Amino acid sequence: MTISANTDSKPRSFQEIILRLQTYWAGKGCAILQPYDMEVGAGTFHPATTLRSLGQKPWAAAYVQPSRRPTDGRYGENPNRLQHYYQYQVLIKPSPPDLQALYLGSLEAIGIDMEMHDIRFVEDDWESPTLGAWGLGWEVWCDGMEVSQFTYFQQVGGYDCHPVSGELTYGLERLAMYILGVDHVMDMPFNDPNAPIALTYGDVFKQTEEEYARWNFDVANTEVLLRHFEEAETECQAILAQEHVDPKTGKTIIMAHPAYDQCIKASHIFNLLDARGVISVTERQAYIGRVRALAKQCADAFVQTRAATGEAA
Amino acid sequence: MPDLLIELFSEEIPARMQARAVEDLKKRVTDGLVAAGLTYAHASSFSTPRRLTLALEGMLAESPTIREERKGPKVGAPEKAIEGFLRGAGLTMDQLEERDTPKGAVYFAMIEKPGRPAAEIVAEVLEDTIRNFPWPKSMRWGKGALRWVRPLHSILCIMSDEAGTEVVPMDIDGITSGDTTEGHRFMGAGRFAVTGFEDYAAKLKRNHVILSAEERAEAIWADAQNLAFAQGLEVVDDKGLLAEVAGLVEWPVTLMGDIAEDFLNLPPEVLQTSMKEHQKFFSVKNPKTGRIEKFITVANRETKDNGATILAGNQKVLFARLSDAKFFWENDVRTAKAGASEWIEKLSNVTFHNKLGSQAERIDRIAALAREIAPIVGADADLAEKAARWAKADLSSEMVYEFPELQGLMGRYYAEFAGHPAEVAAAATEHYSPLGPSDDVPTAPVSVAVALADKLDLLTGFWAIDEKPTGSKDPFALRRAALGVIRLVLVNNIDHSLEGILDPGLAAHDGKPYSRPDEHTRFELMGFFLDRYKVVLRDMGYKHDIVDAVLSLQTGDVLPWSNARIASLQAFLSTDDGENLLQGFKRANNILSQAEDKDGVEYSYGADIKYAEDDAEKALFAALDKFEAPIAEAILGGDFAAAMAGLAGLRAPIDAFFEAVQVNSDNEVVRRNRLNLLARIRTLCLSVADLTKVEG
Repeated sequence: MTISANTDSKPRSFQEIILRLQTYWAGKGCAILQPYDMEVGAGTFHPATTLRSLGQKPWAAAYVQPSRRPTDGRYGENPNRLQHYYQYQVLIKPSPPDLQALYLGSLEAIGIDMEMHDIRFVEDDWESPTLGAWGLGWEVWCDGMEVSQFTYFQQVGGYDCHPVSGELTYGLERLAMYILGVDHVMDMPFNDPNAPIALTYGDVFKQTEEEYARWNFDVANTEVLLRHFEEAETECQAILAQEHVDPKTGKTIIMAHPAYDQCIKASHIFNLLDARGVISVTERQAYIGRVRALAKQCADAFVQTRAATGEAA
Repeated sequence: MPDLLIELFSEEIPARMQARAVEDLKKRVTDGLVAAGLTYAHASSFSTPRRLTLALEGMLAESPTIREERKGPKVGAPEKAIEGFLRGAGLTMDQLEERDTPKGAVYFAMIEKPGRPAAEIVAEVLEDTIRNFPWPKSMRWGKGALRWVRPLHSILCIMSDEAGTEVVPMDIDGITSGDTTEGHRFMGAGRFAVTGFEDYAAKLKRNHVILSAEERAEAIWADAQNLAFAQGLEVVDDKGLLAEVAGLVEWPVTLMGDIAEDFLNLPPEVLQTSMKEHQKFFSVKNPKTGRIEKFITVANRETKDNGATILAGNQKVLFARLSDAKFFWENDVRTAKAGASEWIEKLSNVTFHNKLGSQAERIDRIAALAREIAPIVGADADLAEKAARWAKADLSSEMVYEFPELQGLMGRYYAEFAGHPAEVAAAATEHYSPLGPSDDVPTAPVSVAVALADKLDLLTGFWAIDEKPTGSKDPFALRRAALGVIRLVLVNNIDHSLEGILDPGLAAHDGKPYSRPDEHTRFELMGFFLDRYKVVLRDMGYKHDIVDAVLSLQTGDVLPWSNARIASLQAFLSTDDGENLLQGFKRANNILSQAEDKDGVEYSYGADIKYAEDDAEKALFAALDKFEAPIAEAILGGDFAAAMAGLAGLRAPIDAFFEAVQVNSDNEVVRRNRLNLLARIRTLCLSVADLTKVEG
């Protein structure tokens, strides 16, 4: 079974917007990566962004990242708030001088006609206290709606970024709803609406939004989560405490990525605990500080690796 | 004389930084030019989201030549000394001049610093300005090390006169200067060259950029008002928002849209805050209903459909935003209707300060204090306690979590749903006041009780843990809290000592583990209040010396509140009687002080009319006998106008006494009697105020 390809300037479905972004950024020379296979709060947590923005080695990658923000759950009822959603992430190091133009090109590629819409770059400095990272940039508005975050990374894991990476993050659902003219995320066509089995976003995610909202807010076992947090923290530090030279192979193997996985895990568990409402304001700062300490140690490890220095193996 | 035009073209500059940045650009460049000798006739500066522009008219084409004469060593001085002099002056031996002086022949150097062409100086000054620009936050980009607020793309720097236009050449980390710029990001027609400021501004306009921020703001405001007026509505004034929006667009297009019916019943403050904070929309009010019914948004471009697509998009975003607000509102109302106990409980988990405990503990203290204060301010104690316990409940609400600036206001709305009386509802909003010197002071008794309790707990708490404001550091706004207490007392004519309301506040922290065991706490806090009180009085227009004269009668605290006494004294001293009485007092006081120093005794008692020799002396006895008692009574009764009237009655007898009588009589008995008589004047005057502190 086949359906005719969409030759209009306007995409017809959520997935078509993703596909167009993939094609566009592939055409601009980015490596199209796949989502990271762990629960993260945002595309920035993907090691292809956090770790790869460190060090000298040039880098250009784009990918979709499923992201989870337990506190944003609305049982699938809010027109555009979800506890599980998708981000499209682009990271180019060093940031090219025409990054704004490249970005605007991507909006045209997904069917936003610059002649009809009002695109604005509104100050929004980015900071991730858990990653010890910050940058300056904007949120990009299309007709008053935030469609992307545009950031020049200045520091990650406590390290100054040299060269500076340019990071673009698209909130895919909101952007797609706008382009497709849908008022409620659950009504958005996921695949081609002309397909024999046409699916909406709601067909795919309405039930899971309900299930996770209930679990996130009321059921998740906080004792277990607290224990997992501690375990991830301990494991992360234990990994990084290992000798750099592997006794079995005799190679220098700094395990920055496995340690960073534990850092991501701790961060997500913290978000779940936050959604369960068991973290007080003061404790909150302490937890964030603990995750940041892990991120910092992972950055310390990563900058010593070949992926950062660009040295040959 | 040439004109200079500079434009620094970058990616979008945050709106809030633009006004300051153009001022800095103007100041740094013009200061630098003037310091190098390049004066100019007129300077103007402009900003848009993508550019900072500076235009100078009538600048010197080159800096003036400076000649300096420098005296050197004597002829025949050691060679080293002469070499050093030559090095310093940058000259050779044959350029020195020998001159005869009274001390013999001396070398003189005539140093001439030739003028430099303006372009050279401009390039140096501009480079220095760019490299050291005081952005509140700046960044690097790409592989470079240059810092700017966002990536800097081009530098336009030209000098123009009748003869033509020349580019001032410079290169800053690979960005070379030129004579080109570009217009609107979407509506402009690419890069273009300019020959001078007029050409620049005109070509920008043709390329859809209004250079002046004021002009953009005026256009936005005029269009907004016209749109609203045409439908019988009015735009809610917001100067800060207008300035911000003018900094977000180069080509403003103002559009008005509807707020969906579902949301019109949300509190107007919620609509306004949500629209302003998230969308930078102006609110449009229907004067007939008092409701906010529409919004105004400002786009950065024209479109074929006259903004219809843009407006529809903005409307959709607003719908989603207000859906959120409505979700918070409905959840909150549900919680409030159920008594809001979960909000109160939540506050036990919220730390107010790591030493002073949780918000819940603080609320307990405020509630107890509000009860104590209630009778003093004419409030019902139960109601005051209830209001205090409700006042911070909204901090746990979803709406305040989303919009912290709505604290207090939401408490008022939710109080109604929780079944609280109107006094409790009002106190939720009003107890934060007064926030600043122009903020209204609450007058409803329950609100006053809670407002005082809230501030006094804050002050006594931070004094108990010894975290007082120092210099410019006052993170908990304790100065504002003390000013608030003082204004609450004054505006409401609270006839009660400060200690009376401060002591229960201090007592609440007594014996707590965090509390420093220090008997000076109260004394220091009183001193802090005294200083704030002086500030308040000075702001009210009272002279500092008169304030000091009255307040120095108090010991360690500011009680009783002295506004009436200060006002009466200031009024009295500005009259003829007052001025003369003050002089009389000073004279009496001087004579007494000198005599007391000389004799080593204090004259205070025992003046007796039987030793009085002169009629004027006798008359002064009589006047003092007549006025002493009524003045003392008037002061005791707080009738300072009457006390001043009494003093006025003494002016003539005192003047006459000094006119006719020589105090230092040869007769020691008479002299002492007269000194004791002056002491009566002194004592009486000092009972009104310490007049020694009054100037003049």
